[in-house]
Amino acid sequence: MQLTVWTYEGPPHIGAMRIATAMEGLHYVLHAPQGDTYADLLFTMIERRAKRPPVTYTTFQARDLGGDTAAIFKDAVAAAYARFQPQAMIVGASCTAELIQDDPGGLAKALNLPIPVIPLELPAYQKKENWGASETFYRLVRTLAGAPVTRAPRDGRRPVCNVLGPTALGFRHRDDLIEVTKLLETLGVAVNVVAPLGASPADLGRLGEADFNIVLYPEIARAAAQYLEKAHGQPFIDIVPIGVGATTRFVEAVAALAGLDPAPILAGAPSRLPWYSRSVDSTYLTDKRVFVFGDATHALGIARVAARELGFKLVGLGTYSREFAREVRAEAALHGIEATISDDYLDVEAAIQAAQPELVLGTQMERHVAKRLGIPCAVISAPVHVQDFPARHSPQMGFEGANVLFDTLVHPLMMGLEEHLLGMFREDSEFHNGAAPSHLGHGPARSAEASAPAQATAPLPEPLTEPAPPATAPAPIRVEAEAIHAMPQPAAHPAPWAPDAEKELRKIPFFVRGKARANTERFARERQLPLITLETLYDAKAHFGR
Amino acid sequence: MNAHAPLPAAGCGVAIRPERGQRAVFCGLTGIVWLHRKIQDAFFLVVGSRTCAHLIQSAAGVMIFAEPRFATAIIDERDLAGIADMNEELDRVVTRLIERRPDIRLLFLVGSCPSEVIKLDLSRAALRLSQRLAPGVRVLDYSGSGIETTFTEGEDACLASLVPGLTDAGPAAADELLVVGALADVVEDQFSRIFSELGIPARFLPARRAGAMPAVGRGTPYLLAQPFLTQTARALDERGARRLPAPFPLGAEGTTGWLRAAAEAFGVDPARFDAATAPGLGRARIALSPYRAKLAGKRVFFFPDSQLEVPLARFLSREMGAELVEVGTPYLHRTHLAPELELLPDGTQIVEGQSLDDGLDRCRAARPDLTVCGLGLANPLEAEGLATKWSIELLFTPVQGYDQAGDLAELFARPLHRRTRLEV
Repeated sequence: MQLTVWTYEGPPHIGAMRIATAMEGLHYVLHAPQGDTYADLLFTMIERRAKRPPVTYTTFQARDLGGDTAAIFKDAVAAAYARFQPQAMIVGASCTAELIQDDPGGLAKALNLPIPVIPLELPAYQKKENWGASETFYRLVRTLAGAPVTRAPRDGRRPVCNVLGPTALGFRHRDDLIEVTKLLETLGVAVNVVAPLGASPADLGRLGEADFNIVLYPEIARAAAQYLEKAHGQPFIDIVPIGVGATTRFVEAVAALAGLDPAPILAGAPSRLPWYSRSVDSTYLTDKRVFVFGDATHALGIARVAARELGFKLVGLGTYSREFAREVRAEAALHGIEATISDDYLDVEAAIQAAQPELVLGTQMERHVAKRLGIPCAVISAPVHVQDFPARHSPQMGFEGANVLFDTLVHPLMMGLEEHLLGMFREDSEFHNGAAPSHLGHGPARSAEASAPAQATAPLPEPLTEPAPPATAPAPIRVEAEAIHAMPQPAAHPAPWAPDAEKELRKIPFFVRGKARANTERFARERQLPLITLETLYDAKAHFGR
Repeated sequence: MNAHAPLPAAGCGVAIRPERGQRAVFCGLTGIVWLHRKIQDAFFLVVGSRTCAHLIQSAAGVMIFAEPRFATAIIDERDLAGIADMNEELDRVVTRLIERRPDIRLLFLVGSCPSEVIKLDLSRAALRLSQRLAPGVRVLDYSGSGIETTFTEGEDACLASLVPGLTDAGPAAADELLVVGALADVVEDQFSRIFSELGIPARFLPARRAGAMPAVGRGTPYLLAQPFLTQTARALDERGARRLPAPFPLGAEGTTGWLRAAAEAFGVDPARFDAATAPGLGRARIALSPYRAKLAGKRVFFFPDSQLEVPLARFLSREMGAELVEVGTPYLHRTHLAPELELLPDGTQIVEGQSLDDGLDRCRAARPDLTVCGLGLANPLEAEGLATKWSIELLFTPVQGYDQAGDLAELFARPLHRRTRLEV
């Protein structure tokens, strides 16, 4: 048993739903107890879909268990076929139905429907959402892609590719697809089938007609592409075009495979990111400490953009996609750091605290962790909430995606600077905490001493150095986090701070203040200083540099 | 799917029809989302699968980050294969949990579909852990599984698990009124004030803290504040308590009827009752009047969700002048709902249970002015041009009592108002 407050991924049947919902003319019959229909609202609410997902649930109840749940399943399949007339169906069990051991595949087969019915084996107690999506897509492709076809010789016709990977409930999949399709068009490559998003089972039957495949999200489509490579002789490209560099390599790889010249696309200034990043206003971004966490595709892509295209310093990199742990570890090693491979958000929180970043790039969970720690943050990967299925065009991929990324990654820092400026001027007569709002005239002025405790209890300033959560909140559940926690925190009590040193510390921007405090205390401890004075603070600053 | 002939309900003119088939409802685990806010030193540990954890985080939205007092012990393949002893695993998880959260006084082990299907005995685990963690922490168990409970029935199961542990009120049992069902604190406080003006000593179940649960005993009169408390009422009856039949406190009429049931049981002088309720009743009427114009004559269709549908339909039809096309409810307790059913207009169609696609067909054919349904159906129906009110909000928003009557009407009027506002 694993104690879980938050999970990065749903169970594998949610992955299967993401494939079914992305497609047209496919219906999913899921053997599941009453209540599992909650998953519908991920699609209708978070992604704001205007149709119900094409999923029929058997919704069996306790009173059905004594009887014939297999018959309930068969009836549901027959009724779903009669009502929706799909081109193909997928059938499977959710976690509870897996335990009662009806055989969805066999039961559906016994109905002898005149369409392909594809059974899914999704082990709910071992695997998770992305694996479920990958497996479902692979099974669909394997069943429906048909026999290999002889493709016409390449001379005198446009090269043709399939684009594989975009799903329902995918982070920015809608807009990534627009960008990548645009790149392919400009390059002169025709798109045969995009799948699963918008594809029908019949479309999957045409996959073999393409010359090669493009995998946008390896978590979801690499397995299917590997199958197509083997069965249909189609090579594939799985360079994820996130960032200017990766997009350039992607274009070059596609051009090489298609026998085309990439120069026209790459010439000129296809993205504003390089100039924005070079403009002097961006100098302050240099070596900003950044922590990146997400699914493997986005964590790797964004880490490279952050380090190579924005000049940040990568102080943390991790993923919850265990299937891609090796690739993420290798990338982390290039930066001299150890990757955080975990699906426990408390581990990730501890790793963020230990790395003391100035910017966190992660999922919805890291957004909340960063908020709690008072660190700027941007969301770069699923799981995400409704605001990250925006109405506006906001791809992550391609050259426009790079523009979006520049804004997304820099924006919270700009706000961080603004906040710092407000904090710096807090001791001015107009801005200190005790001052009454200006429109109320001169309120009763409080002394500096009176305002100091108020600053200390302010929610944001310096939680980075606090090993314990604020006293008002109950202690979080930390099951495996002790080891990581213990690392940066001294075992002995640090030397006390002299009031003037403490006051000076508050003048340091809040997002580096934690690091300054930790460094100073370490400096004092190593020298066994009894008190941290103003001099200690600056001695430590000189000692550690930045 | 399985059409049945209408069964006339005894003593009133509504038609009640059972229906079976696919159901689009939450399971009882969802109740944790509001129950953990209500009992402030309780923790809810679901023993289930990743699906259970995913459901709760989907339902709880951003609340999950406020150090919530709920979590899931996810059963994995080692547990199922018998490699790990599940009871030992559970003890390990609970021990660490309590070490981390020493502020917890009451721990609920919440059963799920997987734990029920594999017949993990959570009641024995609760007993064992209670003995180990006594006296600091009490451990109880109930099932919130989808196979046994629908949405609000999770609260019912939770409260029912509390009843055997309530102190015996002894000879004074009949002197105090028990109000049963989790209400928003603001609503509970309003009712407390009204009861004290009526001179009725009243206690609430659940209490806000584990150590402050009310006593119960032979003759304790109790009022259900929610219509979904079947098991809890049965457990209270077994302790000798006595249910006061009443409509539910939704709208001005329902609130008055509900309070009157208590007043009559305690022999409150009618003049005193009028004096105590007049200000609230007056305010409710004022608050409701602007919405009556917006809702009168509107045709409303309820999909089954929480068992609140019948009282809500009664409120909309009698106080707002709305017309009821169909009132779906996941389960209909004929006795608890009897005072409500009497107030519904003759011929009201009640459907107990659900066959989702058939219900959708009827809804599309009727094209109601307002459809009350879950979030899985709301946007798809809006896209088909039907105005909807998502039903879960009716559980999370304070809607009971006089001073919330206007808010309750507004919840239904807002989607209609919004449709007239939007020009694109």
